[in-house]
Amino acid sequence: MATTTLPPGADITFDDQGSGKPPELGPRPGYVAQSGSPSQKSETGMLVAVSAIGMSFAAFTSAMFVRQDSSTDWQHFQLPYVLYLNTLILIGSSITLQLSRQRFAAIPHAAQRASASVKVLLASGIYWLYLTAALGLIFVLGQILAWRNLAAQGLFLATNPSSSFFYLFTALHAVHLLGGMGGLFYVLRKLIRNGGVAETSGLSAFSIYWHFMDLLWVYLLLLLAIRM
Amino acid sequence: MHDTSAAHAAHQHAAPTSFIRKHIFSLDHKVIGKQYYGLALLAVFIGMALSWLMRIHLGWPAWPIPLLDKLSAVGAPQGVMTPEYYLSLMTMHGTIMVFFVLTNAPFAAFGNYFLPIQIGAEDMAFPRFNMMSFWVTFTAFLVMMAAFFVSDGPPISGWTAYAPLSAVGGDAGPGLALGQTLWAISIAIFCIASLLGALNFIATTLDLRTKGMSLARMPASSWAWFVTAVISLLAFAVLLPACILLILDRVAGTSFFIPAGLILSDKLQPHSGGSVLLWQHLFWFFGHPEVYIAILPSIGIVCHILPVFARKPLLGLRAAVGCMIATGFLSYMVWGHHMFVSGMSPFSANLFSVPTLIITIPMTILTLLLIGSVYGAKMRFTAASLFCLGFISVFISGGISGFFLAQPSIDIYLHATYFVVAHFHFVMAVASLFGVFAGTYFWFPKMFGRMMNETLGKLHFWLTFIGVYCIFMPMHYLGLAGNVRRYSAFVDDYLIPLIPVHKFITIAALLTGAAQFIFLFNLIWSRFKGPIASENPWEATSLEWSTTSPPPFDNFGGRHIVVYNGPNEYGVENNGTDFVMQVSPEKISAS
Repeated sequence: MATTTLPPGADITFDDQGSGKPPELGPRPGYVAQSGSPSQKSETGMLVAVSAIGMSFAAFTSAMFVRQDSSTDWQHFQLPYVLYLNTLILIGSSITLQLSRQRFAAIPHAAQRASASVKVLLASGIYWLYLTAALGLIFVLGQILAWRNLAAQGLFLATNPSSSFFYLFTALHAVHLLGGMGGLFYVLRKLIRNGGVAETSGLSAFSIYWHFMDLLWVYLLLLLAIRM
Repeated sequence: MHDTSAAHAAHQHAAPTSFIRKHIFSLDHKVIGKQYYGLALLAVFIGMALSWLMRIHLGWPAWPIPLLDKLSAVGAPQGVMTPEYYLSLMTMHGTIMVFFVLTNAPFAAFGNYFLPIQIGAEDMAFPRFNMMSFWVTFTAFLVMMAAFFVSDGPPISGWTAYAPLSAVGGDAGPGLALGQTLWAISIAIFCIASLLGALNFIATTLDLRTKGMSLARMPASSWAWFVTAVISLLAFAVLLPACILLILDRVAGTSFFIPAGLILSDKLQPHSGGSVLLWQHLFWFFGHPEVYIAILPSIGIVCHILPVFARKPLLGLRAAVGCMIATGFLSYMVWGHHMFVSGMSPFSANLFSVPTLIITIPMTILTLLLIGSVYGAKMRFTAASLFCLGFISVFISGGISGFFLAQPSIDIYLHATYFVVAHFHFVMAVASLFGVFAGTYFWFPKMFGRMMNETLGKLHFWLTFIGVYCIFMPMHYLGLAGNVRRYSAFVDDYLIPLIPVHKFITIAALLTGAAQFIFLFNLIWSRFKGPIASENPWEATSLEWSTTSPPPFDNFGGRHIVVYNGPNEYGVENNGTDFVMQVSPEKISAS
């Protein structure tokens, strides 16, 4: 009779007079989890999340095209110059992130971790991450400057469809970036606590997100520059 | 966190001990699945009650409904609902049913419970996101329910919330002020929850399959949940922007959807330049994949369950999976078939009509595979298998009307008539729900360790099966006769002769609704008093039947599950039985 294969020595009893509650089963001694490794799962999850975010910005893009072409009330305006500076800052933060990952990747596994050179790599890896966070913050501040520039010209959210979409796109991107910064601090906390083991800190997943935010911003800048 | 002690190494998170961690804020996918099911159960009875109110009003418009004036004194003075309140109830009925029942029950509830087990994992990939996605869904539900109790009542724009009616605000009528805003906020929250859930399903399926569980050996239901999750991810990612734009139009004074020159309640609206069609495009770009999100998990569940009771393998599991994937892919190309009469270019109608007709091909193949799977079978008739067979019947009934609606020439006549109502109720409300019923009767022993009552189950099936045909078949006739939908009363000359049909439908609806209480009673009674279930009462092959009923906290009791066979080994001679379990090392066929 085909049955399940139970490991030898398993002390599991099936009590048919039971209440239907699950039995208390312990794992076999020495059992090791078969689940996917944490960094693989988090990378898959992040790629999926990035697809969803990309899709939503695609929806906003098509909304903008339709709105722009369905009426003659689109008022073009000059994009604030600070946006271009911000772009460089965000690209810079992607570079600092990669530099940080290189430092962590250069740390050898297990055995020689206590050496001084490892400590240097670790410290510089963390410092580059702090720099990434700082550049991200400067980017958001720069976006606020851009909004103030627009407000000074009398362009607010509801003034005109062009300004509506400008605020919408830039604000949503900034919100996602701030969320990413939260993720960055989570990764930093993990790295500091686990002694710089990048594989289990979520750094690879975070970098997918951060580089995506960078690419997304470049795309949005081009879109706004061409259509606004 | 690396905890190397044997007790914790086997699971990503330790077994909970407190009541709150065990039953309320649980990270365990099994508890979360049951929570989703409970939410769907609550929502379906609310949605059904709303449909009763609508149907009573349609059959007997002047008859005062007891207690309705307590729910809304403005909407139903002395218990007779105003036309606007009818539209409010219709809006909430559709919204609750489509979002909180049909997206929740077959996908989030059963998928959360059984996907990890069927692929041999201990839990979902991201248990904390999983818990979050349930509680965010629940929050969305509470916000939606709040719309009933605001002073103006719930929105009247339908579950489709077409602009400009949904975008202009309170000047346009009752329910369109705070009620509509709450609706939009609730749906936006629901989108976020769905996106989190879909992410979990995809990552789990890709990364957490146990040794030997290749994609080819995944059961049909797991495949259906995976494909649905992919569709869900991309579809809800478009509904969320649509809701954001709608909320901005409503509260921030933007004009994404509102054209110039609208005068409502003698007030010129301060918007201009917006595109009404834009809302329809965005909404239906989500809305059409959404209906496949509603039906595909049920198809997967039926494909999974039917072979168990036919004692024959599913005819063409790979073909069935291919059809699911093809359907998912094509579902993104057909949204315009909801908009044939919207004023968009009639030439684009062709562009949408062709893929709509093409999408009937994989759906038909799936149906034929199911029929072929039971052909020549010595069928075991249980409540679960009856609902699977009933699914085939109602899915064909609902699908055939789709052929007609796919063609613009006929759709111009049938659009917004009861023909459409019949079509989508058959495929969504009935077929999808039959899949949920089948899944419930099938998986209840595994989830709760007890069997449901078979006699009550069969009674529930026959009453429901006959009842839904009595309710929805006549609606095809009504639609062809020109009966417009979303009307609260029929006063035109050509509609008055159809009122007796409506009365018949109302009586059928009330009786069929009453029959659902048999199911509810069976569910609750069996939970506490049902006979104890064994590990594999149905003699099925898939992984969930290789563990105890109900499964232990980490699904397999710390065992290292290895899969040797596909899920379809039924009708094979194997040591006196006719099936080989997926975990069984006896090599019967090359899988």
